[in-house]
Amino acid sequence: MALLLQYTIIYATVLLLVALGGCFSERSGIINLGLEGIMVAGALGGALVMKYMPNLSNGAMVVSVILGSVIFGMVFSLFLAVAAINFNADQTLVGTAMNMLATAAATVLVKGINMAENPNNVASTIQYIDQKKAFSIVKIAGFEVNWFMIITIVLLIVANIVLYHTSLGLRLMACGEHPQAADSVGINVYKMRYIGVLISGFLGGLGGIVYITAGVSEWKFENGVAGFGFLALAVMIFGQWKPNLIALTAVIFGLFRALSNVYSGFDFLVALNIPGTFYKMLPYIISLLVLAVSSKKSRAPKAEGIPYDKGQR
Amino acid sequence: MDTRNEKKNLLANGAVQTLLASLVCIILGLFVGYIVLFIINPAGAGRAITTILKNFLYFPRPEVALEYFGSTLAKSAPLLMCTLSVLFAYKVGLFNIGASGQFTVGAGFALYFAIHYNAPWWVCILLAIFGGAVLGAAAGALKAYLNVNEVIACIMLNWISLYAVNTVLTAVKESGTTYTLPLRTNNPSAIIPHLGLQNLFANNRYVTIAIPLSVIFAILVWVLLEKTKLGYELKATGLSVNAAKYAGMKEKKNMILTMAISGGLAGLGAGFLYLSGIEQWSCAQTAVPNMGFNGIAAAFLGGLHPIGAVFSSFFIQHITSGGAYVDKMVYCSQISDLIAAIIIYFCGFVLFFKHCMNQRIRKAEEKKARSAEKKGEE
Repeated sequence: MALLLQYTIIYATVLLLVALGGCFSERSGIINLGLEGIMVAGALGGALVMKYMPNLSNGAMVVSVILGSVIFGMVFSLFLAVAAINFNADQTLVGTAMNMLATAAATVLVKGINMAENPNNVASTIQYIDQKKAFSIVKIAGFEVNWFMIITIVLLIVANIVLYHTSLGLRLMACGEHPQAADSVGINVYKMRYIGVLISGFLGGLGGIVYITAGVSEWKFENGVAGFGFLALAVMIFGQWKPNLIALTAVIFGLFRALSNVYSGFDFLVALNIPGTFYKMLPYIISLLVLAVSSKKSRAPKAEGIPYDKGQR
Repeated sequence: MDTRNEKKNLLANGAVQTLLASLVCIILGLFVGYIVLFIINPAGAGRAITTILKNFLYFPRPEVALEYFGSTLAKSAPLLMCTLSVLFAYKVGLFNIGASGQFTVGAGFALYFAIHYNAPWWVCILLAIFGGAVLGAAAGALKAYLNVNEVIACIMLNWISLYAVNTVLTAVKESGTTYTLPLRTNNPSAIIPHLGLQNLFANNRYVTIAIPLSVIFAILVWVLLEKTKLGYELKATGLSVNAAKYAGMKEKKNMILTMAISGGLAGLGAGFLYLSGIEQWSCAQTAVPNMGFNGIAAAFLGGLHPIGAVFSSFFIQHITSGGAYVDKMVYCSQISDLIAAIIIYFCGFVLFFKHCMNQRIRKAEEKKARSAEKKGEE
């Protein structure tokens, strides 16, 4: 039971971070389908820090790993920002390209690093068994509290304040609803959208490192993040682009994702005799169902996905 | 003066612009790929990129090169079907990122019936089309009736179908490995016939009629989109759902039909690949096949034109196969995936390229008009 709770919270943390990232980007008017790629980039950044600086003290490790993943995520999100904001590119296409790009680039890079160290090592895997221990704060009755959970809760509060109680957040949302109107009152739409996408890079990158340190101590970059970025988008849609609802949805989705890790520990679930692959499918099936129920009356930002054209009314 | 006019018209021509833009994408993609190779290992970068571009020409003996050319073609055919799948949906305003999932389901149907029921190849092909079409239609129905974003729905369906197909095909896999039983020994009737085509490619037994069939399908897609009432209706729905509805078209039916056709094309691609015997399905796959994603690259690289898709699909498959020949001591074959991804990314800028070209043409015209005015004043 503790294990189920543990995994639920970890996956909820990842989904919440990434979905919040998507929320900021879409609120500013840019659809971020590249979240999956941003997660991979962030994961790579954090993993590289752990690989090359294994002897840091615990505190320094936490800070530098987070910095590494956040910087990688933000830099990678610039691919979307430049293409979608400055060059009016198709946001769906660019997002898709970013997802492929991140996985391919991470694989090539990690394999290159591994092969340079040892020609026989052609795996795209980075190990961080000892380094990972730095993230744990305290263990209560089998449940491990780690730094990421604390940071996520803080970020959720910050996101709420920024989005609804600062001029930055209100301006950002205006750009996603009616950019021309926002521009007419002196808001720089391009700048706001850059901020939106960069925040999504920040949160997506952080989500990436949390995901690859969840329960495992090595990551094979060939696998990317297995559609987690898209699950986060489903969480965001069901959460109606509102941080608190997103947090709630993330916990529900996290539970279903956790089930596939730990279902064998529950006698009644084993007794049902459902094949293991069903539990692997479960989060995707649930999210399809959830989307089917919630999309009809979805209140997406009105101007999302539409390149900003100053001349338009 | 006349020759100048012709020159201007050539650049203003949409097809020429598309071709130029695609070439720019390829060159930029290769250039960035080269830089990445250079960063990993400066010494071998030049040779690696030429190896990727040479692909089958890597083999010095002409008959061997010809044989591998045949293999590249045999894999280009399924890729072309995935490309057509993406292209068809995009023309109708839907982004079918689920081509991979539809391809997966197609493979599941084709291989299960080929191995478990000993079905002949044409039955397997039809079932592959059916499987892909059903999955595509599901995504289309979700979009039409429940307003679910088709990209996210497709991604979810991709993963669901991957796990489902892995489970189903485990029933027909070899006992020692994770691969499905080879068709050639278990049910030769499920192999697509070659009708003498293999003799053209140094007896490469993977060269089947799937290759000419895929090109015929490209032409059929073009005819359907450009020359039929159905194609017109589908495109109208893609341009504006409300306008199509107002004009009396059944917009919901059109959306589902589009995704069904698109899915069917991707499913057919799986049939073409696995029923040629060139590959076996691995039941331990942890990611959906790359074919569908490469289809996105090829669709945009081909300027979203079915005939352009024939060439772009071959090119993408050419560099993907070429990636297998790079020096494995320093690089890995995924470098071609990276180049393909970069090419797609730059395809996002195609509109901007065209805009630049048009602006230059306009400026040149203005200049000419002004100089003509000056001449008149004199």
